[in-house]
Amino acid sequence: MPRRSGRREDQRTERMLGALAIAVLVLIGAMIVTVFVNAWPSFSSNGLSWFGPGGNVDTQLRAMQESTPLPGHDISYFRAWPLIWGTLLTTVFAVVLALVVSILAAVFLTEFAPAPVRRTLEPVIRLLAGVPSVVYGLIGILALAPLINQHLISNGRKQSVAYVVQLNGADLTTATVILAVMITPIMVALIAGALESVPLPWREGSVALGVNRWRTIVRVSLRTARPAIVAATVLATARALGEAIMLAMVSGGRGFAANPLDGLTFLFEPVRPLAATIVQQSEGLTIAPLAHTIYAMAAVLLVSAALLSFAGWAAKQPLKQYGIRA
Amino acid sequence: MEAGGLVPAPARPIVVRPRRQSSASWPLIDRIGYWLCWATGIALCLIALAIVVFMFVKGIAYLRPALFVKSPAPSLQQSQSGGFLDPIVGTLIITAIGTVIAAPAGVALAVWISEYGRPVSLARAVESAIDVIAGVPSVVLAIFGLLVFSESFLGFLSQNAVNGSVYGRSFFAAGIVMAILALPLIVGSTREALAQVPDRVREASYALGKSRASTIRWVLLPSIRPQIASGIALGMGRIIGDTAIITILLGVTLTTEGVGSVPLIGTLRGTGSTLTSYVYNNSPAGEGNAPQKAYAAAFVLLMVVLALNALVTRLTGGRERGGRLSALRRALTSRRPQWTR
Amino acid sequence: MDPLMPPPVRRIALDHEPHIAPPATGPNGAGSGAVAPSEAHRRLTRPDPATVRERMRIESVWLAYGENWVVRDVTLPVRKGEVLALIGASGSGKTTLLRSLNRLTEITAGAARAGRITLEGEEIHELEVNDLRRRVSMVFQQPNPFPMSIYDNVAYALAEQRPPRGRRRRRTAELEQAAQEALRRAGLYDEIAADLDRSALKLSGGQQQRLCIARALAAEPEVLLLDEPCSALDPISTATIEQLIVRLRESVAIVIVTHNLQQAFRVADHVAFMHLGELIEYGPSEQVFDRPSQQRTRDYISGAFG
Repeated sequence: MPRRSGRREDQRTERMLGALAIAVLVLIGAMIVTVFVNAWPSFSSNGLSWFGPGGNVDTQLRAMQESTPLPGHDISYFRAWPLIWGTLLTTVFAVVLALVVSILAAVFLTEFAPAPVRRTLEPVIRLLAGVPSVVYGLIGILALAPLINQHLISNGRKQSVAYVVQLNGADLTTATVILAVMITPIMVALIAGALESVPLPWREGSVALGVNRWRTIVRVSLRTARPAIVAATVLATARALGEAIMLAMVSGGRGFAANPLDGLTFLFEPVRPLAATIVQQSEGLTIAPLAHTIYAMAAVLLVSAALLSFAGWAAKQPLKQYGIRA
Repeated sequence: MEAGGLVPAPARPIVVRPRRQSSASWPLIDRIGYWLCWATGIALCLIALAIVVFMFVKGIAYLRPALFVKSPAPSLQQSQSGGFLDPIVGTLIITAIGTVIAAPAGVALAVWISEYGRPVSLARAVESAIDVIAGVPSVVLAIFGLLVFSESFLGFLSQNAVNGSVYGRSFFAAGIVMAILALPLIVGSTREALAQVPDRVREASYALGKSRASTIRWVLLPSIRPQIASGIALGMGRIIGDTAIITILLGVTLTTEGVGSVPLIGTLRGTGSTLTSYVYNNSPAGEGNAPQKAYAAAFVLLMVVLALNALVTRLTGGRERGGRLSALRRALTSRRPQWTR
Repeated sequence: MDPLMPPPVRRIALDHEPHIAPPATGPNGAGSGAVAPSEAHRRLTRPDPATVRERMRIESVWLAYGENWVVRDVTLPVRKGEVLALIGASGSGKTTLLRSLNRLTEITAGAARAGRITLEGEEIHELEVNDLRRRVSMVFQQPNPFPMSIYDNVAYALAEQRPPRGRRRRRTAELEQAAQEALRRAGLYDEIAADLDRSALKLSGGQQQRLCIARALAAEPEVLLLDEPCSALDPISTATIEQLIVRLRESVAIVIVTHNLQQAFRVADHVAFMHLGELIEYGPSEQVFDRPSQQRTRDYISGAFG
């Protein structure tokens, strides 16, 4: 085939594909810009106290929906603290729980599990990772929440907060547990993969020095797997942050902040994470102030996701000098 | 156990076959760690088993063949009425639209990044954009989509309301946004596969005078077909399982409601439901409050996802452990390619 | 001597007639030309008999992987104050025998052992395995420093051994002392004293191997096992490590497995030649190299096979 037409064909192909690449870039850029542009009015009219506490989010949202401003405030009045608090609580608790469980399970899978157990556990983990979030939500709301309601929340406890909220099992605990179960499989897979690829000479060298197997795992294998653990945590946190549907079904949805001062009851109070709120309020995207508020929430989510990526990158840097490649 | 005739095997060998190193001699804190690992492993098994068995039992309890062919019909006797034909059709339509858009786009993008990739800064930016999509919550994609499709010039993709504003919710809208969702998985799988094709294959083709485009089309892509297929299957799995985009972009009707008179386009411009939104609506979180139907639909959903997983495993010959997981892992932690071309 | 002739494998100044050395023996020929066994490189002194003490005893040991007997009926002593070299062709079982001395064969499934191996009179199977491995340390063929700093590598086993007592600061000073001592014994301290916190992976191959030796020495073992420690190194590093081995033999019993006959000649006091799992010949190194009593030994040393 003559070179010349080949080259023209190459140029043409390159240009077409390049155009596609640019289109994707423009699309994502447009998305980020649009979200922030549409979020701006809500931020500007509320200022920094957008992030602060101040009343019940539900009433504020309803006011916007009905276009009747709350007494003493304008129509865009919004204080997102209960939502942010709810997001923080569920995400942090779920990720911490999942991290501990995942590391232990990954170590079990790669080091201690007998071969038949490992052979069955691996496809099971793969299966769990693929279950859609709505199914988890279903299990949560129809199985776990009533269980918690009946066995863990006593009537006395319900009475103690009855004047503010109803405890019915759809709460922080249920949300955290189900979220943790959702993000564990992928963390286990990532960490187990990293543990398996720790070079044998290091493990053998440690054992030959008289260090028992557990300490070898902790001091050599887990240390070498640290970049993977960080990556897994970042991934899991991103998933937890963005989880909307399952949390919408399971977390209770009261628009005020769960109060840690309530002691143990705190664990059983309903919460309202950001992403779940967006889904629940999606009808209102045609009404101006509500739309801006929703975009503001989305903007917060976007920024958190970006910060997460950066934190993950930063956490891996110190290890590179010791030759532990991510 | 003859030793080649030279020296016979020991008469009475006190053969010591070593056992696994027992943890009895370890310090207490190490033993606690060891037992914790075992406990967690077993607990994970049990939880997984519980979930699967629970869904199976509850799902089968209500599942009947009739459900697959009847449309959802509201009635006072919730547990007796209607089936989920429309949601199934809806799922198929959405998956089809999403895959038809995402598959060629994803492969093309991966090819560009991997084989062309000039200027380098643009390629890096595109890689970051794909990472962003992978990390963005699907709700954000959904509301962005709603904003875009509510623009009047895109009214042909959904219906126009009476007062001139565009509804913005339709199969088209949801399908297109789903395509964006599936993109990173397809791009990731294809890039990984292309990276594993050794350079000498490309060099051999160039040495024969073929252009880069020809090489890609006739040599590289055919050789990585299984990986592309598995990437597409993973993308489909993601599309099938997502609910947020459906809830926001497909409207609130349980049955398929077409728009206008053109047969296929009318349906695609209209609203409907998918299995996921059907489960959501029938659960206590939605309006339906028909848990049995929700269980049945959820069970069907689960089976579909299982089948897709099995398909992915078979396509990749089981070489890649945890298809969706490792593909997701690769899509998100991919190394920078070498820009030597 | 004709400078073009390859140097002889044996010492030059002997009473009986000198052999003419054969050309390079087997795959190790490349190494022989670089370091001639001149006076400086030969061990000049015999080990002082007063310091020689038996540390380990291998008695009628048979080792198998699965159904395959890899080592058959081997009996050897391991003494402090001298270097024991295990030589033989590939597959002779010498590495397996070495690894059984610190029970490293146990990490492979299906390994079995018959016979007795004792450390200071105690059967090693009855000792706690990690305790045994601290007393009998091993250095591997490929240097395998951990992905940590140099100090952390050397202090690795130490931190396990000393039970935490006293305040943290004191413990660190103790550890630092012991680590420096180990690095000195391994002959590495002077080269890296400036920066102990550097990543161990940035050292050269020879330095890494000496770091591994330092790491093994940190726990003050009674026996040091070396599995072809120089096969991955250049001749200069090899020479440094060989001198190190000869220096160390006063305080530690050393068992070295080597493919390189010249190396065995340079460093060993006693040599055990193994073939297909059996111990063919054992004796002082002059005797085995100059006057081997078995034909097979003669064949191996002269390069008839390898």
